[in-house]
Amino acid sequence: MHHGRIDKIAGPLVVATGMTEARMYDVVYVSDYRLIGEIIELKGDRASIQVYEETAGLKPGDPVYETGLPLSVELGPGLLTSIYDGIQRPLDKVREQAGDWIGRGINIPGLDHGKKWGFSPELSPGTSVGGGEVIGSVQETELILHRVMVPPGTAGEVKWVAPAGDYTIDEDVARVKLADGTIRNLTMLQKWPVRKPRPIATKLAPNEPLITGQRVVDAFFPVGKGGTACVPGPFGSGKTVIQHQLAKWADSEIVVYVGCGERGNEMTDVLQEFPELEDPKSGKPLILKTVLVANTSNMPVAAREASVYTGITIAEYFRDMGYSVALMADSTSRWAEAMREMSGRLEEMPGEEGYPAYLGTRIAEFYERAGKVECLGGQGRSGALTVVGAVSPAGGDLSDPVVQATLRVVKVFWSLQANLAYMRHFPAIGWLDSYSLYIRNLRGYYDETLGAGWVKMVTRSMALLQEEANLQEIARLVGAESLSPEDQLVLYTSRSIREDFLHQNAFHPVDTYASIEKQKAMLEVIMHTHDGMGRALKAGVAPRDLFAFALKEKVAGMRYLPEEHISAINELKDLITAELDSMVEKAGL
Amino acid sequence: MIKEYTTTVEISGPLMLVDGVTDVSFEELVEIELPSGEIRHGKVLEIDSRRALVQLFEGSSGTDLEKCRVRFLGKGVELGVSTEMLGRVFDGQGRPRAPFDTAPPIVPEKMMNINGAPINPYARDYPAEFIQTGFSSIDGINTLVRGQKLPVFSANGLPHGEVAAQIARQARVLGKGESFAVVFAAMGITFEEADYFIRDFKATGAMDRAVVFLNLADDPAIERISTPRMALTAAEYLAYEKDMHILVILTDMTNYCDALREISAARKEVPGRRGYPGYLYTDLASIYERAGRIKGRKGSITQIPILTMPEDDKTHPIPDLTGYITEGQLILNRELHKKGIYPPMDVMESLSRLKDKGIGKNKTREDHADLFNQLMAAYSAGKQARELSVILGVAALSTLDRQFMEFAEEYEKRYISQDDHEDRGIEETLNLGWELLKHLPREEMKRIRPEYLDRYWPVEKA
Repeated sequence: MHHGRIDKIAGPLVVATGMTEARMYDVVYVSDYRLIGEIIELKGDRASIQVYEETAGLKPGDPVYETGLPLSVELGPGLLTSIYDGIQRPLDKVREQAGDWIGRGINIPGLDHGKKWGFSPELSPGTSVGGGEVIGSVQETELILHRVMVPPGTAGEVKWVAPAGDYTIDEDVARVKLADGTIRNLTMLQKWPVRKPRPIATKLAPNEPLITGQRVVDAFFPVGKGGTACVPGPFGSGKTVIQHQLAKWADSEIVVYVGCGERGNEMTDVLQEFPELEDPKSGKPLILKTVLVANTSNMPVAAREASVYTGITIAEYFRDMGYSVALMADSTSRWAEAMREMSGRLEEMPGEEGYPAYLGTRIAEFYERAGKVECLGGQGRSGALTVVGAVSPAGGDLSDPVVQATLRVVKVFWSLQANLAYMRHFPAIGWLDSYSLYIRNLRGYYDETLGAGWVKMVTRSMALLQEEANLQEIARLVGAESLSPEDQLVLYTSRSIREDFLHQNAFHPVDTYASIEKQKAMLEVIMHTHDGMGRALKAGVAPRDLFAFALKEKVAGMRYLPEEHISAINELKDLITAELDSMVEKAGL
Repeated sequence: MIKEYTTTVEISGPLMLVDGVTDVSFEELVEIELPSGEIRHGKVLEIDSRRALVQLFEGSSGTDLEKCRVRFLGKGVELGVSTEMLGRVFDGQGRPRAPFDTAPPIVPEKMMNINGAPINPYARDYPAEFIQTGFSSIDGINTLVRGQKLPVFSANGLPHGEVAAQIARQARVLGKGESFAVVFAAMGITFEEADYFIRDFKATGAMDRAVVFLNLADDPAIERISTPRMALTAAEYLAYEKDMHILVILTDMTNYCDALREISAARKEVPGRRGYPGYLYTDLASIYERAGRIKGRKGSITQIPILTMPEDDKTHPIPDLTGYITEGQLILNRELHKKGIYPPMDVMESLSRLKDKGIGKNKTREDHADLFNQLMAAYSAGKQARELSVILGVAALSTLDRQFMEFAEEYEKRYISQDDHEDRGIEETLNLGWELLKHLPREEMKRIRPEYLDRYWPVEKA
């Protein structure tokens, strides 16, 4: 293997000379520790390399080995339930080999090459296939059937398919005769460069919401399956809790969770919780549909830069099988900072706040890998990749370059607010600033599944909250009692929407998840109360009596009713009508 | 063989550029001998095939281009560790620090690289055990757990030094047979403050279970970069090899960050916000993330970094980035301080993210979580009533509002506030909470489960 020599070392950046065969973004092994690095700049035979491991102890003159391959991940059975670092080294195996601390020069493949998987063929010899077509399948976990596909770019006639049986990912499962007459052996393993999006047949518009069980998200600011969303907020506003909640409850078939430059203890929390939590749909442990990528803040910064790409490539691979995949990246700001650090070391001309000028492009490219697609070789098979990125702006200030670059591309903005967090209103997603641009696309779905009234009801309740914001200013000056009864009702109902609907306790066993049917029932009760009270006011009931309404506690208690008791929520409407009627009667006397 | 050079070509700030070096490695430890015979230390910050950029730990005053002899020692920056470190005071480089410690240097059991290595997230164990600090405002409200990193955000003129000393003195883990020690690292504090800490530790006996690293305000600023790493290396040794629970107190992180900025500026790096380097987050994380617990190991490292917020501004890069890495924050409040409340803990803005798993039955007491929620709700209602009374006058408040307002006053005076030598046990803290709530109507206790209310609601003595 050809090799060059180290000329300069500055933190995670190493410059090597004599790199005559190097190509941009090729992987190299640095020194005889064999530290993994990636070429990020070429000048003559000088290559700048970002090294994914600690560089202390390296010397000028140490060898740099070229591999001629770009940074890639291994794709195949065995991805699920794994926990990887930013460059797909399995952290459990790393621990077995290197102990409790992450040492250097550890080279463990992302997948287990010794394990045998039960393969069932789904093709017969003689058929002609193209990239993405399914050769066979493997029951990877109880929840997920892994579809073994022809790698993109390979097409020809199937000459042989392995009979059903147990195979490792290195054993041949099919042979294809290519157009030029050569035979290609296919295994269950594919390698794919992380910085290159996996090809698809066509992109489709997201037309189905990702149901997350979080009321403020599903009802007010939904994200479509295959859509993009971002959650910016200052520290302590609950970004990570929201990301965890989405990972736990969203109705995607696969979850890829990327902990990018965040806290080690948080990843431990996910690691300890996911095997115990049940998937709401199947009742099976959540971990069976999850892949974790953890590059905590103290792990090498260059690997942090790579971690989001590692995560999204794995996510794309499952999307290609026709699954709906959700990728959570917490936090993309740390990824951007890693870019900034490398850019600074390369002495590039900085853009805003020291971030490289290509920050916006990189962010846009990343989110553009999301989407609802018709899969390659799919004959109508469609998959979706939803991307939710947390952003941690400096000082919580949304003018931060990472937030701004992200908002230019994502379609959903969940604005986390520090003051809501102080008031212990969680999830602290502000209803006035947040938005979702999917509502129009999703309308068809809502009309069909929830009835034509849903979108209208949501719009009405949002309008009430907006009105509340305007009224509150006045109420603060003159006191709420001096407002007109109608305005007081607006304040009453919007408070109910906030406290009884939008507020949701992630740590309460029932309240942590609400099905869309339950959400609809709850919001209907609140708006039904609003309408009933409006009529009662007109009939002359005094606001003071009205708002002392005895069923208030029942309304507040709806969120704690288990899913089986949705009927009890619906019945509440009649009780409310009855109580309001009796108030009207009394007032009439 | 040790290589010696007299080929320094440039000295600028704390940096020294040595020419014509061979076989020098990145981050290697460097010894510089001044013409006077004085020995200084540094490390290799950047290196190419000819030149090494050396960062001097003790500053560059008195160095020159021709006569300084620069030796590359062929190893990284290391700290000699042993259990003898307990009870000793070291300088920022691990040498006994006169005049606080005049005993001979320790005999190290082993040498450890001060940079440590990242803990594999897979090897971590989730922090879930209570640490008692003896402060009601921490134990009762923003509970600290083993393996957590919980910073104190303070500001100039606030008594964070006293709070730190008191935590160091009082902190303990409940349960038998657990050994506990404090590693205290001071960066850029004054002699007076250092003297206060040491005397206080010695007088109260806390010194016997403490390891102190001191870098004073007039010590070289650059040494502050290694001081917390020295302290954490000592902590890792005691925690993971000697099975001790270690509380690491780092004060003041603002001085540390300023030293980092100094080096970054000397290297002419592209600055991030307010002149701090773009890698400040990563650098701070390499310190804070060394807190934790590891599966299968008995010891733990808990961190309380203390920082002063410039201009009381929480969005300043230092508190901001710290808040993004640590698991919550304890905030000291100037207003409370002016009211004479010690510790002036802003319990509303403070937050311990890991508290939930460290409290409750078998950890503190079953009623802890409910009681905490109720106290917070009542205090919040009381503070609102107080604001209202400023506008409308006390007379305009309802009886209930007045009761809440009185509660808030009492809560600040009796619960948050305590004497600087008062060590409250968790039972005492919890009972005090109940006693204060008693002055409110029982039907207002909406956050407490009825069974706990029956069990703990104080009964009037006849």
